[in-house]
Amino acid sequence: MKLDVKLTKSLGQFNFAADFVIEGKRIGIFGPSGCGKSTLGNLLAGLVVADDGAIKLNDRPLYDSNDKINLPPEQRRVAVVFQHAHLFPHLNVKQNLLYGFKRTSVERQKLNIDDVVTALDISHLINNRIAGLSGGEKQRVALGRALLACPDLLILDEPLSALDSNLKGQIIPYLRKTLRRFEIPYLYISHSLNEMRLLTDQIIHLSSGQINEITNAETLAERRIEIDQSAYINHLQLHKPREVGSLLGYNWGENELLLLDHAQPESGLFALSSKEVMLFKKHPYALSARNLLTATITDIIGQGGMVSVKLNCGGEKLVVQVVREAALELGMEVGMQVYAAIKASAFKRLE
Amino acid sequence: MLDLTPTDYQALWLSAKVAAMATIIAIPLGFGLAWLLVFSRCPAKSLLDGIINLPLVLPPVVIGYLLLLLLGRQGWLGSILNKLGVQVIFNWKGAVIACAVVGLPLMVRSIRLGMEQIDPDLLFASRTLGASWIDCVRTIVLPLSIPALITGSTLCFARSLGEFGATIILAGNIPGATQTIPLAIYDYTNTPGGESGALSLCILSIALSYLVLLLNQFFLGRFCRSSA
Repeated sequence: MKLDVKLTKSLGQFNFAADFVIEGKRIGIFGPSGCGKSTLGNLLAGLVVADDGAIKLNDRPLYDSNDKINLPPEQRRVAVVFQHAHLFPHLNVKQNLLYGFKRTSVERQKLNIDDVVTALDISHLINNRIAGLSGGEKQRVALGRALLACPDLLILDEPLSALDSNLKGQIIPYLRKTLRRFEIPYLYISHSLNEMRLLTDQIIHLSSGQINEITNAETLAERRIEIDQSAYINHLQLHKPREVGSLLGYNWGENELLLLDHAQPESGLFALSSKEVMLFKKHPYALSARNLLTATITDIIGQGGMVSVKLNCGGEKLVVQVVREAALELGMEVGMQVYAAIKASAFKRLE
Repeated sequence: MLDLTPTDYQALWLSAKVAAMATIIAIPLGFGLAWLLVFSRCPAKSLLDGIINLPLVLPPVVIGYLLLLLLGRQGWLGSILNKLGVQVIFNWKGAVIACAVVGLPLMVRSIRLGMEQIDPDLLFASRTLGASWIDCVRTIVLPLSIPALITGSTLCFARSLGEFGATIILAGNIPGATQTIPLAIYDYTNTPGGESGALSLCILSIALSYLVLLLNQFFLGRFCRSSA
């Protein structure tokens, strides 16, 4: 997917300007609230009309103020998944899913409803009314509905921000799996770098209506550790599980990690909050945590009352957040060897 | 107990016919106007809103007289209709027009309240899924406005049943032709010994109005059940 945007838009006091060309399948739009993320999404979808400029999607003009082109939303082939699912309340799940599909020309109908329903795990809901669905189910139906419209570009406008953190954790694997499987290029709008790191390859970083830079989420997340309020989440790719007593042992770099994860004993991606790890200067001989890794400090990033310590654990990166006093007491410095203790229950499976 | 003459039955039938016709005319008109007021970017919205609501605050006799000026043989619209061989004053069509004009603001208000409950993002969602605006109105706005349409129709029908002032000016009070129940009651009260006739028609009026309310409840209930 190639997106070529050069436009300006004034909304009252707020001035939005964008000028970029980006190519890729998994693109993020990141920025604080009020920076114009959703405005950009709406401009692309045709829900808001720019003051002047041009938008081209795969070299097809969607908007051009010079040539007086302004395709209405239904001709842009840009589908949107909104923050609140916005399912049609008078239609059932199946009718919602097929709303866009029926309005797509036959030669463009690349997906079929059965595949989408299976991938999103909503086949048991297909004849249900919308009113009875949970928040997570609604969002999955909304995603399915947008995918089935077989758009050239899918815009996901903060699709998870209305869900609680527990539900988010459940939906992200579906998003990753489904978006990868159906290969529809998407723009993921969010203010969460953790979501961005899992779902995008490149991000457009916005602030107050301007584009700061085009970068990738991992780079930005590491740079923002100091200012980000929420804890940095480590994403660990774990392999080859084997039974170790009542736990499962997974390979991670040169180490083996013990996890409480019997539901699905297979390789996968796991989340580990940087606040769930304890550091020791000397080997603690008796402790309840099941994982004790030897690690070398590669970086220490100051962060108010908290300090983020970057570790090298047998070739893998791990970020740990500790209280500043603790860091001082342990006399932490780059190159020092420490022991990292992690509970077997601290890992959350992402896929 | 009811002491009804053939003319009374005619008045009953005519009232029902006129109110039903007026409601049928007001439904699409009211829906279109409510859509304009709620969803369009029409700049003259408040002016339009004022004109639609005027019949609600004007004395019905004034409305009747203005309609007579407009639709009478010398009137601006009336002369055109006359050339086409259509005569709308002093017959039942005039009564329908008078009732539709008087009932329209109630229809528009109800539908508008219903439409304002529709999240505009639903319309955006439908557009980005490939629906043109007319498709979106047909498949999203219309089905979600049905409870409001039922309520608006009830109010418009009930208002039409009670219409007196505009009807008597535009359609006259011709027994068997334009005399609806309120006009017939008026005639009875002006006739010595007409008390029992007036009372009978009053009872009939109450029954008819109550029936309309019951029907409203029935249709709303059925709609809610089918969409619950």
